[in-house]
Amino acid sequence: MLATLIRQAGDFQLAEDAVQDAFEAAVTAWRRDGVPANPGAWITTAARRRAIDRLRRDRSVAERAERLAELTRLDVQPEEEPSMGDESAIVDDRLRLIFTCCHPALQMPARVALTLRALGGMTTGEIARAFLVAEPTMGKRIVRAKRKIADARIPYRVPADDELPDRLRGVLRVVYLIFNEGYAATGGDRLVRGELCDEAIRLGELLSRLMPDDAEVWGLSALMLLHDARRAARVDSSGGYVALDAQDRSLWDQDRIREGLVRLERAVRLRRPGEYQLQAAITALQIQAPDAEGTDWAQIAELYGALARLNPSPVVELNRAVAVGLAEGPAAGLALLEPLFSDSTLERYQPLHAAHAELLSRAGDATGAARAYQRAIALTANAVERGELERRLGALR
Amino acid sequence: MPQYMLLVYQEEVDPAEQAEREAELPVFVEFFRSLREAGLLVGVQRLRSVESATSVRARGEEAEITDGPFAVTKEVLAGYYILDCPDLDEALKQAARFPGARYGTVEVRPVMPADEWVNAARAAGADVPDEAVKDLA
Repeated sequence: MLATLIRQAGDFQLAEDAVQDAFEAAVTAWRRDGVPANPGAWITTAARRRAIDRLRRDRSVAERAERLAELTRLDVQPEEEPSMGDESAIVDDRLRLIFTCCHPALQMPARVALTLRALGGMTTGEIARAFLVAEPTMGKRIVRAKRKIADARIPYRVPADDELPDRLRGVLRVVYLIFNEGYAATGGDRLVRGELCDEAIRLGELLSRLMPDDAEVWGLSALMLLHDARRAARVDSSGGYVALDAQDRSLWDQDRIREGLVRLERAVRLRRPGEYQLQAAITALQIQAPDAEGTDWAQIAELYGALARLNPSPVVELNRAVAVGLAEGPAAGLALLEPLFSDSTLERYQPLHAAHAELLSRAGDATGAARAYQRAIALTANAVERGELERRLGALR
Repeated sequence: MPQYMLLVYQEEVDPAEQAEREAELPVFVEFFRSLREAGLLVGVQRLRSVESATSVRARGEEAEITDGPFAVTKEVLAGYYILDCPDLDEALKQAARFPGARYGTVEVRPVMPADEWVNAARAAGADVPDEAVKDLA
């Protein structure tokens, strides 16, 4: 409903304020007169009237006159209010909203915050806490983003066909970022911020309903479900980190796994490979293996190779090196790791040093491994990860 | 129809490289012609080199005059064009198509319509007649 009013009013903040007012008015009116037969329509009409009032009071710009005219016309001759069962109109508005919130003209942190606010239904305070930022700071970030949308006239629409692939990739990146932040929290005391994972998964599900023909949409959805299925097993009862090979598999959420695999298959059937599908396939292999020893690391190494061809990145190379090390022996993995040490973007990347330590340890070089663990420990900002690294360092001696 | 100013920033390069850029004029002509034909182009101007710039500040009694741009930057303002565009996406598309976007930066800034300018002043308490709008555009 918010999405629809944003479209009709052409202004984020105006629509939000109007809906807020309408809900408050509803509480009073319904207590007095009883709940109406169609509460959704009541609120929509009330919100639109309030938007009209606000526009009238705000005499500024010529363009507001246009919006005022449009809203007033709708008031007199309402368009078909989508009944609760009419998915398609609501679906269109939510799709428009996602693309607007994730517009490239906004900074990434603003896209994330706006998406969580407008589509995730999280409050500013909840978003602030999830990203370890003070609430007023997050509030300003969101206000600034809305002002940018209004001042620069970021259009409220699904991008045209020629822009759609790029813009959709941008949306998926925002959702993935939200999931990642929840899955392996970069700071703070908890390893997993479950509420962010839940939001990202929900957004992924929404996207797959809105854009069912895009393989990467299903791929991302699958990836998040397969990762999240292991949430309960990743952290032990005292909040300590549990590595994949030590996880209690009975704690894995089989429903999520099943759902994730179904989505991965749906993606693959569309025959448009992409990075999220590849990552999901890698995770699926790890999950479906009977145990860490029985994991098909050679296949995983190949998948990382395919991923590297699609999206060459030092992090993908790192993961490939580890997989090769587990498939062919530590020496092979260490050889692939070598060139990464001269990559300045990875210098402060804790997993590089943790992986280095792991391979050195398997190769029998305890001294080298200890040094690498110390490097990794110095670089992590997450208390739970630090605890795990210190434990492994201790296990070397 | 909202307007956007597209400010073109470039690094000033040595004469040899500059000559290569000058030789590309036909591409720029085609670009601006296409904008004109689409009814988008309000105006376009190239500026002389930043070496020819002079900056003026009138803080006190006398104007302070300085040789050079307002600030020394790596990329400098080379020119601008103003477009009528329905929304930012259209303006961004026309910024990306600009032949100089390959080696420079195009800043896309919405123009504030004169009536909004006047209303901001009135909101701040100034007494401004309606005709002022004509003087400000």
